[in-house]
Amino acid sequence: MSPPQRRRGMNGRRGPPIGDTNVKNFRKAWSSLLKYMGTYRKWFLLALVLAFVSTVISLIGPDLLSEMTDIIEDGIFSGKVDMDAIFRIGILLASLYVISMVMMMVQNFILATVTQRTASRLRTDISRKVNRMPLGYFDRTTTGDMLSRVTNDVDTIGQSLNQSISTLITVIATLVGSVAMMFYTNHIMAIAAILTSIIGFVFMALIMSRSQKYFSRQQADLGRMNGLVEEIYTGYVTVRTYSGESEAKTRFDEINESLRNSGFRSQFLGGLAMPLMGFVGNLGYVVVCVVGATLYLNGTIGFGVIVAFMMYVRFFTQSLSQISQAVIVMQSVAAASERVFELLDEKELENENDKTQTLIDVKGKVEFRDVHFGYLPDKEVIHGFSATVLPGQKVAIVGPTGAGKTTMVNLLMRFYETNSGDILIDDVSTKDITRENVHNLFCMVLQDTWLFEGTLRENLVYSKEGVSDERLDEVCEAVGLKKFVDSLPERYDTVFNDNAAISVGQRQQITIARAMVENAPLLILDEATSSVDTRTEKDIQAAMDRLTEGRTSFVIAHRLSTIRNADLILVMKEGNIIEQGSHDELMELGGFYSELYNSQFTDCNDDA
Amino acid sequence: MILKYVTKKEWFIAALCVLAVVVNVYLELEIPDYMTQITTIISTGGEVHEVLTEGFWMLLCAFGSLIATVICAVMASYVATSLSKRLRKLEFDKVQSFSMEEMDRFSIPSLVTRSTNDITQIQMTMAMGLQVMIKAPIMAAWAISKIYSKNIEWTTATAIAIFSLMCIIACVMVFVIPKFKRIQWLTDNLNRVTRENITGIRVIRAYNAEQYQDDRFEHANKELTDTNLSTQRAMSFMMPGMSAILNGLSLSIYWIGAILIAGASDMTQQFVLFADMVVFSSYAMQVVMSFIMLVVIFMILPRASVASKRVQEVIDTEPSIVSGDMKEDTGTTGKVVFKDVSFRYPGASADTLSNISFEVTKGETLALIGATGSGKSTLINLIPRLYDVTGGTVEVDGVNVRDYDLNTLRNKVGYVSQKAFMFAGSIGSNVNYGSTSTERTEQDVERAISIAQAKEFVDKLEDRYQSDVAQGGTNLSGGQKQRLSIARAICKSPEIYIFDDTFSALDYKTDRILREELHRQIEGATCIIVAQRVGTIMNADRIIVLDEGKMVGIGKHDELLHNCPTYLDIVRSQMSDEEAGL
Repeated sequence: MSPPQRRRGMNGRRGPPIGDTNVKNFRKAWSSLLKYMGTYRKWFLLALVLAFVSTVISLIGPDLLSEMTDIIEDGIFSGKVDMDAIFRIGILLASLYVISMVMMMVQNFILATVTQRTASRLRTDISRKVNRMPLGYFDRTTTGDMLSRVTNDVDTIGQSLNQSISTLITVIATLVGSVAMMFYTNHIMAIAAILTSIIGFVFMALIMSRSQKYFSRQQADLGRMNGLVEEIYTGYVTVRTYSGESEAKTRFDEINESLRNSGFRSQFLGGLAMPLMGFVGNLGYVVVCVVGATLYLNGTIGFGVIVAFMMYVRFFTQSLSQISQAVIVMQSVAAASERVFELLDEKELENENDKTQTLIDVKGKVEFRDVHFGYLPDKEVIHGFSATVLPGQKVAIVGPTGAGKTTMVNLLMRFYETNSGDILIDDVSTKDITRENVHNLFCMVLQDTWLFEGTLRENLVYSKEGVSDERLDEVCEAVGLKKFVDSLPERYDTVFNDNAAISVGQRQQITIARAMVENAPLLILDEATSSVDTRTEKDIQAAMDRLTEGRTSFVIAHRLSTIRNADLILVMKEGNIIEQGSHDELMELGGFYSELYNSQFTDCNDDA
Repeated sequence: MILKYVTKKEWFIAALCVLAVVVNVYLELEIPDYMTQITTIISTGGEVHEVLTEGFWMLLCAFGSLIATVICAVMASYVATSLSKRLRKLEFDKVQSFSMEEMDRFSIPSLVTRSTNDITQIQMTMAMGLQVMIKAPIMAAWAISKIYSKNIEWTTATAIAIFSLMCIIACVMVFVIPKFKRIQWLTDNLNRVTRENITGIRVIRAYNAEQYQDDRFEHANKELTDTNLSTQRAMSFMMPGMSAILNGLSLSIYWIGAILIAGASDMTQQFVLFADMVVFSSYAMQVVMSFIMLVVIFMILPRASVASKRVQEVIDTEPSIVSGDMKEDTGTTGKVVFKDVSFRYPGASADTLSNISFEVTKGETLALIGATGSGKSTLINLIPRLYDVTGGTVEVDGVNVRDYDLNTLRNKVGYVSQKAFMFAGSIGSNVNYGSTSTERTEQDVERAISIAQAKEFVDKLEDRYQSDVAQGGTNLSGGQKQRLSIARAICKSPEIYIFDDTFSALDYKTDRILREELHRQIEGATCIIVAQRVGTIMNADRIIVLDEGKMVGIGKHDELLHNCPTYLDIVRSQMSDEEAGL
C-alpha cells in the first residue's frame, strides 16, 4: 500500500530535534560514520590517542607546579631554596608543555584533515548518488530536503566531527583525571571541591533548563519571521497592486515584537551560562582555600596542595560544563549522519552493465504494447495503452491537465519502468538496451526550462562534444535567438547567473536550441513552447519541422494549433487514450477532442 | 555605520552596561587580593576563622561580580534585541516601499537573507560585543595596571606572553579571517550547483550528462574542501599554541619566583614575594584569558560587519517610486490614457517601450498582443505604477499616475499577474485581500469565487472558504491558484481590470466560460488583457499590436487583419483563415 521508501515530512529540512535521536540510532549513526571513514579511521584513532595523552600530560602539570611551590615554601622555612630541584621540575614541566602542545597540534591537524576529506567524500558520494536514484525518489522529496542533506548536514559533520569526539575524549580524560588527581593529592579537599562544584552545577542546570523554553520560542518566532518575509517579498507584485503593505506591516510588527521578546530572554539566559560557571568556579576556589587553610594550619598538607587544587577545581568545573556541550554536538553529528546515510542507502537504479545490445541508427518506429503504469504500486494511471508510430511520424498527445501526458514521456525515456507491457523502438524493447542508450536516441525539451550558471555556450552545447560556433549560429538563427545572442556583450561566452535578465521565452528558446544541438533521431517536446508567444513559436516550429523531417516526434501542448498537423493525435483523459487519429478524423468524430478544440474559438462576446 | 540606529535611551543603557562591566571587573580583580590575604594568613600561621572571614568577603565579591554580569547581560540583550527589532522593521518597511526596480536589483532571496539572517547575526554580535568586547580590554588593562608595579621580572614575562599572543592573533587575522569570507561564497556556489543538479535531473538524464554534472560538482567541492582544509589546519595550531603560552607563563612566574625568593635577604621579604607570586600568577591568567576572548571577537566581527553593510545598503536605498498625495475622487472612472510613453529598464541600452499612445474608456476592453519581449507586460506594469515611465505620461481618470497617492491609484486597479501568487492563510483571506478587504462581505467573496469558476473546487474542500492555503499555495494546482487570483481581483470590484496573460494557464474550456461570465458580471469596468491566444482577445473593443516596444497596430480584429501584417502573422500561426474570419 505504501510507497517503497519512507516519506519524509516537512520538518526534515531542519533535521530532527536532538531529543529524537535515541540511543540505538545514535550508536548506529556513529558506527556507520566511522565505517565510512575507511582508511582515515586509523588516523582518526591516532588523533584520539594523542588527545588522551596530551590531556593526561596537562593534568600532571598542576601536580608538578604544586611540588615546585612546596619546595619554595620549604626553602623559606629552611632558609635555603633547593634551586636544583626547582630547575629539574621547571625543565620537566616545560618539556611536558611543549610535548603536549605538539601532540595537540598534530591531533588537531589530523582531525581537521580527516574531517574535511570525509565531508568532501560525502558530498561527492551524495552527488553521484543523485544520478543513480530512480526519479520516483525526487517526486517524494522536496528539493529543499535533498539540498539540506548535501549542505547543512554535511556541514554539520564537517564542522563538528573533529570537535565532538576529541572534545569528549579530552573532557572525560580531564574529568576522570582531575578527580583521580584530587583524591590522590588529598581526599578531604577532593570531596569538598567536588561537592561544591556539583551543588553549583545543579543550581545552574535549574536556571538554564528554564531558558530552553525561550530558546524554542525564539526558534519558532524566527521561523515565522522567515516565512512572512519570504512570502511578502516573493509576492510583492500582489502586495503592491492590492495595497496590502499595511496589512503586511501589522503582521510583521506582531511577529517582530514577539521575536524581540523571546530573543531578549534567550539571549539573556544564554549569556548567563558563562558567568554562572565562573561563579561556581570561584565558589569551589574559596572552599578549596578555606578547607585547605584549615588542613594546612593543622599541618596535614603543604601549601603546594592548595595551589594544585586551585587548578584541579578549574579543570573539574570546566570539563563538567563542557561535557553536556560535547554530548549535544555528538548528537547533532549523529542526527546529520543519519540523514546523510539514509540518502546514501536509498535504492538505486538497476545496474545495466550486462546489457550488450545497442541501438544506434534507428529508423524511428515506436510501438507501445499494452503498457500499464502507476507512480504508486496501488494506483495505476496508464491502463493498457497500445499504439504504433511509424518512422518519421509526428505524434501529438492532447488532454486536460493530469490526463497522463507527461507520464507517457517519462515512460518513453525510461525515467520510470512500466508495471507491465513493453515499449519498442525499431522493434527492440527499451528494456533490452541501457537507459543511456535510450536517452541518446531522444532529444527532449521539457516544460521546465532548466539553465545552469555558466556561459551561454556551456548551456547550449552542454555535454555534447565538438560543436562548432557555426553550428551554434545556425541553431540560434533557427530558434530566433540570433538577435539575443548578438546583443550579449560576450556572445556565446556571456555568463548567465541569477541576476541575468533572461525572459521565460528566451529560456525556452535556449532549451530548444540545446535539443537541436543534441540532434538525436527521436524528438520529445513537452509543452516546450508554452511560454513563447505564438509568432516566435511559429519560427521555432518551422525550425523544428525541419528538424523533425524524417524523425519520429512526440509533442505535448495545450495549444492545439501547434499540433493540428500531427500525423497522429492521442487524446488522453484520466490515464487512458480515449481517442486516436488525425485532426480531421477526430473533428469528424465529434468527441472530446472536437469539444476541446472548439472551445478555443468561441468568445464570450458571442453571447453578448 | 549601523550604530547610528541606536537610540539615546539605548546609548544610555549601553553606558550603564559599561559601568556594570567596570564593577564586574573591579570585583573580579578584588578576588586575587583576598587570595593574597588568605595566602598570607595561612603562611604566617593565622587562625582558621580569619581565613573564613576573608573567604566570606571573597565569595561576596564573586557574588557581586555575578550580579554585575547578570545586569550587564540583561542590558546588553535589551540593547541588542531592541536594535535588531528596529533594524528589521526599518528594513521591512523600506522593502515595502521598493518598486519592481529595486526588488529586481537586490533579488528576492538576497532581500530575505538581509532581513532575517543578517539581522540575527548583528543581534548576536551586539549582545556578545557589549559583554565580552568591552570586558576584555578593561580587564586586560586593569589587571596589567595592578601587577605592573609589583615586579619587573614577572611583568616582563607577562609582556612576552602577551606579545606572543598578539602575534598569533595577527596571524589569524591576516591569514585565516579573509578565507572565512571566501568559504561563505564557495558554500553558496556548491549549494547552487547541487540545486541545479536536483532541479535539472530530467534534463541531465535525458542528455546523459551525469558525468558533466559530476565534474562541475567536483570542481566546486574541491575548491571548498581545499579552502576549508587550509583554514582548519591553520586554526589547529592556534588553540594549543595559546594554551602553551598560558601554561608557560604560569611556569615562568613560579620559576622566577623561586629565584627571587632564593635571592631575597630575609624571611619577611620572602613571604611577601611568595604571596605576590600567587597573586601575580592569577592576575596574569586574567590578562591572558582576556586576550583569548578577544580572538573570539575578532573571528565573529568580520561576519557581523558584512551583515551590517548588507542591511545598511537596503535601508539606504531610496525607492525610485514615491507616492503622490492625490486622494480625491476625480469624477471620471475607468479611463486610462497613455501619452507618448517611453520606458527603458535601468542599465538597458535601448527603450523597451517607445512612443506608446492610446486611450481606453469606461467599460471598454483593450487587448495587447505581440511577441515575447515586445513589452506587453512592461506596458501594463506602468498603470499601477510598478515602474515609472521614462518619457511621456500615463493618466488614470484624467490624473497623472505620479500625482496619485499610491493606495488610491492601486485601489482603482484589479491586477492579475502571469504567475498566481497565494499567501499562507485561507481561501477566503486570499480572495478578500488588500487594504479594502474590510469593506467586503462574505457574499462578495462567494460571488467572486463563483465568477472565477473556482466555486466547484472550493465547494469540494472540507472547510470551503476557510480551507487552509499553504505558503505559496503549494496545496493547490496551478489552475486553481490562477482562478483564485482572478477571484481576488473581482472581489475588489475595481474600475480597471488588468490581466497579464492570466488565461493561458487555464485550459480552453475554463478560459472560455470564465471570460463569458466575467463579461456578464463586471459590466462597466474597463478591461486590459495581455494575451497570447488570439481566441482570447479577438472580440476585444480594441487590440494593440506590439512589436519590439513599438505599437505597430491598433484597432479591432477585422481591421487589423487587413492593415497590420504583424497581427496577420500571429493570427495565421494560430488558426485557419476561416476561423479568423478572413
